[in-house]
Amino acid sequence: MTTQIITPKAVAKEIDKDASMVKQKEMMAGHYDRLTSASETGAKVCATFVPGNLNELIMCFDLLNNLPEVNAIQSGLRRQSGAYVLEAEKIGHSEDVCTYVKSDIGMIAKGNIGPNGKKMPDPDVLLLSYTGCFTFMKWFELLREQYKCETIMLQTPYMGDGKITKNMTEYMVKQLKEDVIPKLERVSGVKFDIDRLREYLKKSVKAEDNLVRVLQSAKSKPSPIDAYFGGIYYIGPIFGAFRGTDDAVEYYKFLREEVEDRLAKGLGPVTPDGDMGKERYRLVVEGPPNYTHFRQFWKMFYDEGAVVVASSYTKVGGVYDFGFRHDPDKPLETLAEYCLGVYTNRNLPMRIDMLVNYINEYEADGLLINSIKSCNSFSAGQLLIMREVEKRTGKPAAFVESDLVDPRYFSAANIKNRLESYFQMIEQKRAGSSVAA
Amino acid sequence: MATTAELIARATELFEDLHFSAAREWKAVQPGRKVVGYMPLYVPREIIHAANMLPLGVLGGGDQLEVIHGDAYYQSYICRIPRSTIELGVTGRLDFVDGMLFPSICDVIRNLSGMWKVMFPNVYTRYFDVPQTYKDDIGGTFYVSELTELRRDLEKLRGKPITDDELHHSIAIYNENRKLVGDLYKLRAERPWQTPASEVYLIIRAGMVLPVEQHSEMLRDYIAAASAEERPKRDNCRIVLTGMFCEQPPLNLIKSLELSGCYVVDDDLMLVTRWLTEDVPTDGDPLRNLALAFLHHSQSTSAKYEPSQKEKGQHLVRAVQRASAEGVIFAAPSFCDPALLDRPMLQHVLKDAGIPYIAFKYAENSGQMQPIREQAGTFADSIKLWSGS
Repeated sequence: MTTQIITPKAVAKEIDKDASMVKQKEMMAGHYDRLTSASETGAKVCATFVPGNLNELIMCFDLLNNLPEVNAIQSGLRRQSGAYVLEAEKIGHSEDVCTYVKSDIGMIAKGNIGPNGKKMPDPDVLLLSYTGCFTFMKWFELLREQYKCETIMLQTPYMGDGKITKNMTEYMVKQLKEDVIPKLERVSGVKFDIDRLREYLKKSVKAEDNLVRVLQSAKSKPSPIDAYFGGIYYIGPIFGAFRGTDDAVEYYKFLREEVEDRLAKGLGPVTPDGDMGKERYRLVVEGPPNYTHFRQFWKMFYDEGAVVVASSYTKVGGVYDFGFRHDPDKPLETLAEYCLGVYTNRNLPMRIDMLVNYINEYEADGLLINSIKSCNSFSAGQLLIMREVEKRTGKPAAFVESDLVDPRYFSAANIKNRLESYFQMIEQKRAGSSVAA
Repeated sequence: MATTAELIARATELFEDLHFSAAREWKAVQPGRKVVGYMPLYVPREIIHAANMLPLGVLGGGDQLEVIHGDAYYQSYICRIPRSTIELGVTGRLDFVDGMLFPSICDVIRNLSGMWKVMFPNVYTRYFDVPQTYKDDIGGTFYVSELTELRRDLEKLRGKPITDDELHHSIAIYNENRKLVGDLYKLRAERPWQTPASEVYLIIRAGMVLPVEQHSEMLRDYIAAASAEERPKRDNCRIVLTGMFCEQPPLNLIKSLELSGCYVVDDDLMLVTRWLTEDVPTDGDPLRNLALAFLHHSQSTSAKYEPSQKEKGQHLVRAVQRASAEGVIFAAPSFCDPALLDRPMLQHVLKDAGIPYIAFKYAENSGQMQPIREQAGTFADSIKLWSGS
């Protein structure tokens, strides 16, 4: 007897896209096409990381920015990362370590095919922007072993005492001046022009202003955006290869107009299933999402009328909502300050302060932590964060666990159960408050 | 002269004492004395010593501490050392500690520094950052500033300045201690049957809680006693143990390796005791001297960036050659990012050098040694059977 595999006839419902999403899709497709055609065009490629991503500087050398984390996310969204992770484990990588790394290594081992179906280029240089995550250091040592290319360490000191000291900034500027820039000049063959950097930084500021306006629109009730699931799309260009470009300026202008329009009309966020219904719960979320079941995870929220009004993950590639903007008048110092300020480079008390601030400012019902198995930078300490935020805000918090791009660690039933209990807890808290009032 | 048995009995007593009585007693001798704890991998203990304070190595709770509160702070997929360290803290076992240093080793220990600030607001707590770039005027300048900040903080805690003379004196004391640790490692590499790894471990571990002067005396006594006592030589293979630089293995694990036929002839346990590989000058600018030693004469390990691809993993090859080892055992704590992410690269280097290896994981409270004994025993047998063929 043979087993017949029946393919479901019903096609998954198409995601209802905003015009800005269409624009972003074009930007991303164009970028991947530039990367995968690098060997034909002669363009040189610089790999680097999202936190501490110095896109403006990279562009000064006509280098294409390739972000392995984003590639891993793409693999996760396309349900390819599971096989890549297994491949990496097969060739000796531990089951305990970061699945972004293993997805990347596995993807390389399986031919390094990018999201556009074409082979990704070998990097000409690895810019190891060591910012807020220990794994980055080992990840690029692993890639250096593979590609044998120039690898440039740029160390961002950790804000252990919750402040940026003069020593930290000077160290970073010195690294940029005396090590990073000369090496990028050598690899690219392009001389560094600080005025060119200033021009890119001016564009960054414009995009940053609009991004902040978009994120802060969630203070309204109802919130016109989901600042976690939707927010991940919104941060795509500015955290990726577009900060400092005209494309990013246009995208964020466009996005802001769309969001302001929704705000004026009193509309809630757009979800993959269209407009979200009535806003019932306003949440702050800490931690990255799961990408292998991204849509399913999001649905668990919007089906219940839960909207995320602020999230820490959308600050991992830069924290702009407390006033920081790139400063074209201090081009190298501003790059240093940008790196130093990213979310995962902030100590735990700072992270707690930020989350408490979000709950208060955005009038959220509570904090939800999505704890990621393979990301210790985020996850270590989250249970204390939860307790402290609960204590300081009086709002309930909940904890779910999943992974970035390893489908083995996504348990839908478990997460759904916990979310449902959490929403009940919020209801009870509200009922308790109204009785007390 | 003390016998090895007497010295090991004392070291075992210190090892098993999770209330840190020796450090408490040291503090109680004189009012105003201060104790500063530190976690792996490395802190410049010289500066703490120069402030007349006791540097106290806090290496987790081992396999004798029942972790009750600590587990409530960590998910199941995070290593054990931070949870048992939290346990030590919340159960009052570290209530006499005036300061805690959390070195740059991984994200878990890094974040623990912030947790400590929240949980123990009255304790001086510092994340101790180190350079991952090694040019004097870049990483060196940054590191001298970090050391200066640490010096100022400790001066505040002490209530008076730390002089350069005090620093020079402390550097000399630690130079001596490092030399003695080096001598012990050398002796073990030469005659491992005289100096079992479990004993060497206990003697080195005593240096985490004793004042350095007393520890140096213990080292001297043990080296003399172990050299003098004849012990039977077994037909064991000689291995280098790596990956244990942070969370400690249970003592039983080290004993099991020896029982299964492996002499440990080098390891990366408690690297703080021999992090600097050459004497630090005892004149000139003491902080600059410490900084330059860190940049140019310090151990290679997984928590440190290796700027040269050619050099990557060579420290392990050299350790094998130096100690005439026949193989390497990668023993890493579960969920240890530095050790586990580095492992494939180090294994490639060993493979290219024709050095056999095996790998396993442990936790500080691992109880079942049988699988490790079998794995290590098979490894030892295979080396005996096939080496040189």
